[in-house]
Amino acid sequence: MIVTQFLVLAAALFALGVFGLLARRNAVMVLLAVELMLNAVNLNLVAFEAVIRDVLASGQVFAIFVITVAAAEVGVGLSIVLMIFRNRTSANVDELDLMKW
Amino acid sequence: MTLSEWISNPQNWAFLVLGGLTLGAGFVVVTSRNVVHAALALVGALAATAGLFLLLSAEFVAWVLVLVYIGSVVILFLFGIMITRAPIGREAAVDHVRRWPALIAAVALFGVLASVAWAAFETTQLVGVGEGTSTDLLGESLLGRYVLPFEAVSFLLLAALIGGITLARKDTSPAEEEATARDRGLAAR
Amino acid sequence: MTLALLAQESGHQAAGVVTSGALLDWAGLLVVAPLVAMFLIIFFGKRLPLQGGELAVAAMAFVTGYAAILAYQAITEGILYERSIEVAAIGGFTIQWGWVIDGLSSMMFLLVGFIGLVVFVYALGYMKGDVRVTFFFAAFSLFAGAMLVLVSAPNVLQLIVGWELVGVASYLLIAHYWEDQANVSAGNKAFLVNKIADVGLVIGAIVLAVAVGSFNINEILDQVVGASPELAAVAGLAAILLLIGGAGKSAQFPFHVWLPDAMAGPTPVSALMHAATMVTAGVYLVARFFPLYQQMAENAQLAVMAVGAFTLTIAGFLAIVQDDIKRVLAYSTVAQLGYMVAALGAGGYSAGLFHLWTHASFKALLFLGAGSVIHVIHSNNMSDMGGLRRLMPTTFWTFVVGSLALIGIPPLAGFLSKDEILATFNAEGYQFVLFLGVLGAFITALYMSRAVLLTFFGTYKGHGHPHESPRVMTLPLIVLAAGAVGIAWINVPGVVSVFSDWVTDRAQPIVEHHAEAFDLVALGSGLLAGLGGIILGYLIYYRDAASQQERDRLRIPVLWPLLENKYYLDDLYWLGIVRPIRDPIARAVNWSNDSIIDWVVNLAGFVTAAVGRVVYGGFDQRGIDLAFNGVSFATDALGGRLRFAQTGRVQQYLGAFVIGALALVVVFVLVFA
Repeated sequence: MIVTQFLVLAAALFALGVFGLLARRNAVMVLLAVELMLNAVNLNLVAFEAVIRDVLASGQVFAIFVITVAAAEVGVGLSIVLMIFRNRTSANVDELDLMKW
Repeated sequence: MTLSEWISNPQNWAFLVLGGLTLGAGFVVVTSRNVVHAALALVGALAATAGLFLLLSAEFVAWVLVLVYIGSVVILFLFGIMITRAPIGREAAVDHVRRWPALIAAVALFGVLASVAWAAFETTQLVGVGEGTSTDLLGESLLGRYVLPFEAVSFLLLAALIGGITLARKDTSPAEEEATARDRGLAAR
Repeated sequence: MTLALLAQESGHQAAGVVTSGALLDWAGLLVVAPLVAMFLIIFFGKRLPLQGGELAVAAMAFVTGYAAILAYQAITEGILYERSIEVAAIGGFTIQWGWVIDGLSSMMFLLVGFIGLVVFVYALGYMKGDVRVTFFFAAFSLFAGAMLVLVSAPNVLQLIVGWELVGVASYLLIAHYWEDQANVSAGNKAFLVNKIADVGLVIGAIVLAVAVGSFNINEILDQVVGASPELAAVAGLAAILLLIGGAGKSAQFPFHVWLPDAMAGPTPVSALMHAATMVTAGVYLVARFFPLYQQMAENAQLAVMAVGAFTLTIAGFLAIVQDDIKRVLAYSTVAQLGYMVAALGAGGYSAGLFHLWTHASFKALLFLGAGSVIHVIHSNNMSDMGGLRRLMPTTFWTFVVGSLALIGIPPLAGFLSKDEILATFNAEGYQFVLFLGVLGAFITALYMSRAVLLTFFGTYKGHGHPHESPRVMTLPLIVLAAGAVGIAWINVPGVVSVFSDWVTDRAQPIVEHHAEAFDLVALGSGLLAGLGGIILGYLIYYRDAASQQERDRLRIPVLWPLLENKYYLDDLYWLGIVRPIRDPIARAVNWSNDSIIDWVVNLAGFVTAAVGRVVYGGFDQRGIDLAFNGVSFATDALGGRLRFAQTGRVQQYLGAFVIGALALVVVFVLVFA
């Protein structure tokens, strides 16, 4: 197996995630897309680790960190969505535009 | 390496299957009108990714992915969906106007990344596939060389925990608190 | 001009002439001492007990002392010294300041110093309680200093500077009581008449300097002796011009009109200025340029004599009709100056200067005596006086001594000097002028005896109780009286010739008549005229009467009004010169100044203002400000449009982010790959 196939796959996943991020209206769905993107990044890291195969297994370690951070991020993110929903009874991101001109 | 050589490798078949699954699930995640469907599709994508990790002989990472991501993150999502009472069912989830610029951006991004990756790495072989990565190696690395990031991330988790609780706590007014306390008292008798 | 048989060259060229030495090198101090005193008085005078008077007296004492030493040396050994310091250079001419010390200038130093000292001491008493004592002494010191600058001048520029400064000081001093407009007018008259005459001096000096190529007087006179042809061509013209200049200061016809009016100043001013110092400047000028007149401009010299003779005649008559005692003395001064000028014109160099020498002391004495009377009576007019002989004895006796000296009675000073002048007229063959001189002596005796009799004899016609003046005023009178007695005995014809030798001791030889004995014709006629005048005066004025007007009873019908109106000369000047200039010409000049010149200047102002408005409104406001405002306006507008990019929607921000990142990546890849 060559590394490029994994990289391309990861790129595709990432692109999908970006599309979801930009196009979705529901805040929860946006967070789902973000998870996809993080996943793609993980794939990239592990693939490179498989190439380098260093003593520390840095790629995999890094991937673990990413997973952890993603979990934390989801926790906080959903709390925020919850709060927004409490205030507005709607999770529509288009309505979150108080910072507009 | 040519395409025929690549196809002949059985590992690559597994790769193709798993990759296809991932992409398919990912597609569903970003285009489904039903939010629950999207969450479940995410599960599929994550699972397929775990499989790919196994393929890359990163077993520990794969199982961590399953445990943490699928096991808790997606559950969290589902709770979040429930509480925010997202409409369970169809909705006009994707804004028509916004769809096309996003598509262009995504496609452009994919194009750039893929071409850069191909240009940079071409046919660099993966090494030691099938040998596996010893977990104690990871453990040593994690708590040895990378102990600082480890501690930092645990700090982060703590902060996220506290933050999450603080943010999500219900703001009760004194009257409500009294009412709640009375209810409990009545319930206790 | 014929030279008498016994004419001989005079002037030391012998051994023993001093031409250098510390005394001479530092003689500049003598000249500047009064000027320094002036500045000190201006700055410190008010704080001193005598309001600056002591500084002035100290300066004059220094001058007198120094001058006395110089005079002694000049008389015994002879001094020929000149020192000049170059101050500036223009083209081929150099401007220098310095001092020349020879017989003539050392004589003038002693004259100015001594008479100045006496008058300054007198002024300490006279000006006490005056409204502007410090200013007075400052101006007085300026005057003395300017006179010294004038007589010590080695070049005509310095002479003119001193000349003008003397004019300025005289203006300040004559108009001392300027609260009264009449005094101001008197000062203006003196200054302006002098100024008109000064044109002659300046042009004459320039003509000489251009012809010779230098401003230095000795160089000019050397050219005279050397018979330079360029100088000979202009000598006559220059001599006449210098005469005009001198006539202004020395109050000769037609410039004499300022001197009587100048009696408006305080009496010490009249004493110093109009007896001894300022009016002698004109005589000094002709005396200094005597070789020019004598050798190159004989016709000019005749003109000099004519002017002097004419003046001495007409002035004497004017003195008889004056009520103001100072005016009597003023016209007397004019007449005596006429004597001096006429003597110089006739070729009597040392005679004229000798009369200047003696006249200074007795005229100053007479003025100070008059001042003593005025100080006590508080009036100038003889109609308020009378019988003061018992009440003011010292003043009386000194005044009598001065009058007799003026009239020319031996053994007093005026006798010898006037006699020498008359002898010169006779010896040079100007018998008509001799006749005029004798007539003048007669008139002098007449008006002086009138003055003495009206003032001191009879009964007192004024108010209050007059008393003798204080010591500080009577002491100078006594000193001057002693001078009036003894000062002339240094030059007796045939016996002593100290004065003649002294003043002819100059760089250029002075050729003149040298008397071996008394000229009996001159002596006899002069003496007779004087005595005759006294007797006539006694006969007319000795009687007492109820009022002074009744005593003053000589009154010839047509002649007296003419004299009282000063021959209508003042009216002639006023109508003929002053009014035509003042009214039409001055007005026209003023109009042209206001309308034309000021219009041009104002136009410049308007144009500038208009340009300023255009620049401000068009260029600055719209142009430059527009640029600045435009920048801010454009920024504002741009910001106003750009802010719509901030929709507040995170997804749009992220989209932009992604596309931007992509673009960067592409750039990186393309550039660095």
